[in-house]
Amino acid sequence: MLEIKNLHVVVDGKEILKGIDLTIKAGEVHAIMGPNGSGKSTLSYVLAGREGYDVTQGTVKFKGKDLLALKPEERAAQGIFLAFQYPVEIPGVSNINFLKSALNAIRKAHGESELDAMQMLKLLREKAKALGMTEEMLKRAVNVGFSGGEKKRNEVLQMAVLEPALCILDETDSGLDIDALKIVAEGVNALRSKDRAMLIITHYQRLLDYIKPDAVHVLAQGKIQASGGAALAEELEAKGYAGFAPHEAA
Amino acid sequence: MNTVTKKRAQDMAAQKYKYGFVTAIESETAPKGLSKDTVRFISAKKNEPAWLLEWRLKAYRHWLTITEPDWANIHHPPIDYQDAYYYAAPKSGKKPQSLEEIDPELLKTYEKLGIPLKEQAILAGVTPKVAVDAVFDSVSVATTYKKELEKHGIIFCPISEAVQKHPELVQKYLGSVVPITDNFFASLNSAVFTDGSFVYVPKGVRCPMELSTYFRINAENTGQFERTLIIADTGSYVSYLEGCTAPKRDENQLHAAVVELIALDDAQIKYATVQNWYPGDENGKGGIYNFVTKRGACRGKNSKISWTQVETGSAITWKYPSCVLQGDNSTGEFYSVAITNHHQQADTGTKMIHIGKNTKSTIISKGISAGSAQNTYRGLVKILRTAKGARNKTQCDSLLIGDQCGAHTVPYIESRQPSARVEHEATTSKISEDQLFYCRQRGLGDEEAMALIVNGFCKEVLAELPMEFAVEAQKLVGISLEGSVG
Repeated sequence: MLEIKNLHVVVDGKEILKGIDLTIKAGEVHAIMGPNGSGKSTLSYVLAGREGYDVTQGTVKFKGKDLLALKPEERAAQGIFLAFQYPVEIPGVSNINFLKSALNAIRKAHGESELDAMQMLKLLREKAKALGMTEEMLKRAVNVGFSGGEKKRNEVLQMAVLEPALCILDETDSGLDIDALKIVAEGVNALRSKDRAMLIITHYQRLLDYIKPDAVHVLAQGKIQASGGAALAEELEAKGYAGFAPHEAA
Repeated sequence: MNTVTKKRAQDMAAQKYKYGFVTAIESETAPKGLSKDTVRFISAKKNEPAWLLEWRLKAYRHWLTITEPDWANIHHPPIDYQDAYYYAAPKSGKKPQSLEEIDPELLKTYEKLGIPLKEQAILAGVTPKVAVDAVFDSVSVATTYKKELEKHGIIFCPISEAVQKHPELVQKYLGSVVPITDNFFASLNSAVFTDGSFVYVPKGVRCPMELSTYFRINAENTGQFERTLIIADTGSYVSYLEGCTAPKRDENQLHAAVVELIALDDAQIKYATVQNWYPGDENGKGGIYNFVTKRGACRGKNSKISWTQVETGSAITWKYPSCVLQGDNSTGEFYSVAITNHHQQADTGTKMIHIGKNTKSTIISKGISAGSAQNTYRGLVKILRTAKGARNKTQCDSLLIGDQCGAHTVPYIESRQPSARVEHEATTSKISEDQLFYCRQRGLGDEEAMALIVNGFCKEVLAELPMEFAVEAQKLVGISLEGSVG
């Protein structure tokens, strides 16, 4: 589904990613772990198409197509979803309205008919209930006045509604207490399917206690330093990143 | 900018103002220029009584002695008042008595603008009825639902007709809120106003439908000077909407209207405007100069006047819908969205004059600036010594898109009553890259994302519009900002 080859990315004149190779197949869940400043968030932004992240070398293919040639909204229509580390507030725009606009934009791109307000509300109620979100939260402006946990839950709700092919979760566990973490992880697990791939970016192993990855990669100094199974995450938890980032450790 | 995006931008600019067409219809005009004779010509055309002609001439004589106000944050080449026509009417002989007699070209025009001039058989509970008075250049061409309104004793007709049929009401109230000496543009309007709407809602009547006037400037080199007078008698209620469009023309056209509202005891008037005059092109060529005086008098106790405006058009907007709160416990409200893009300039706001006891006013202003546009909120809250217990709350928010535009807030507060409470809040923000990217990551195109964010910013104001117009206004917000991203 996703094929990254020799990806180099420059931000503000500084090379952050220095040759990433990563292949994720449909149905797989991959975790990328790494210390702060290793380029984890850069990778998620590049995949989502954020401006200011210049690809100087390498290719990214998504479902066989050149992902880098697409605009952010086209990538979203193709099925890329980024759960933000810091979800953005949009005052005055209700969650319902936001999701309706987003889902209909994607449906339109697929040549499907748009959902009306009633259909949308029905769909949202169903999805929100599964995540323990109240109807009142759906009516509130997007992320405005939400607690950290509510914001992350809202990201998972959006993911559940938009049904993407590739979910990228950028530090979704940051700022969550253990209860919120469990709810979010359950929501994510419910979305695992054989047609869907996931890329989970995290600093800590604890999220992976709840979302079991098929593969774990260690990103440090702009490169994948090691790859392995779920056991690698536990090893990291015990030993830290020092062994994978010799320069930083020194 | 690569060729593809350039092409897209051009396409967008082209579709941006879809009301820019011209109706091919012969019109009868007054001789060019402004003189006593022009005033007499207009008055004669309308077959007006002597008192009104005298009133007009008085206004004209006063106008000659004053100059354009120069305090607003707007800039334009001098306006040559002798190089314009002050009267233009579709040449179709006498005024049509029924819709069947209206020139088909005119009917087509309003159809194209999406304004229903036919009283359609509307299914109960589906769409609310809206009565329309359509003003084309200098004359009213049609007023719908008149009969049904008459059943309730409501008068809704062109002001020229009211002068003939209800002279006592017109004479009593015309100029009673905006006197002929009020300001340069109001004096000009008083001298040469041609048509507009007149509404009278009798005691205790709640107007059963939205009333609306739709203004269209068609003829070239013609100014539109309409006059609207709305009187809500004791205990009555009326909601009124005004819409405006004009063809795309390279030269600037002048629009100087006066609107007067009068609310007596326990009466309420809601007045909403969706102003979409031609704003000029991306380079600032053409567009309407909109110099408008709108004022409401809350004369009676417990009366209430609400102004809601969505200002998206015009090259220049100079407009301060105000409330004079005379009656005790009366309330004035001003909700405004002003969007300026490209080279548009808007200097708009309100005046709340508190005279009666326990008078209340609320001001919510949302200014959005994009391109090279300048957007100024100018407001005055004045509390007289008599206004014991007066309260005002003002909130002014400005949103900037890009780094070539400007937002300015000029609030004046004058209070002579120590028990008064006045609150003022102002914010200025830039539309954030983070918000845009977040929306786009969820599948929204850049223009769509911008429209969504800006509509969210304006939500409190748009919520004040009658439901059926709120949707249209939301779309208009998006359209007005096209070409402002990237």
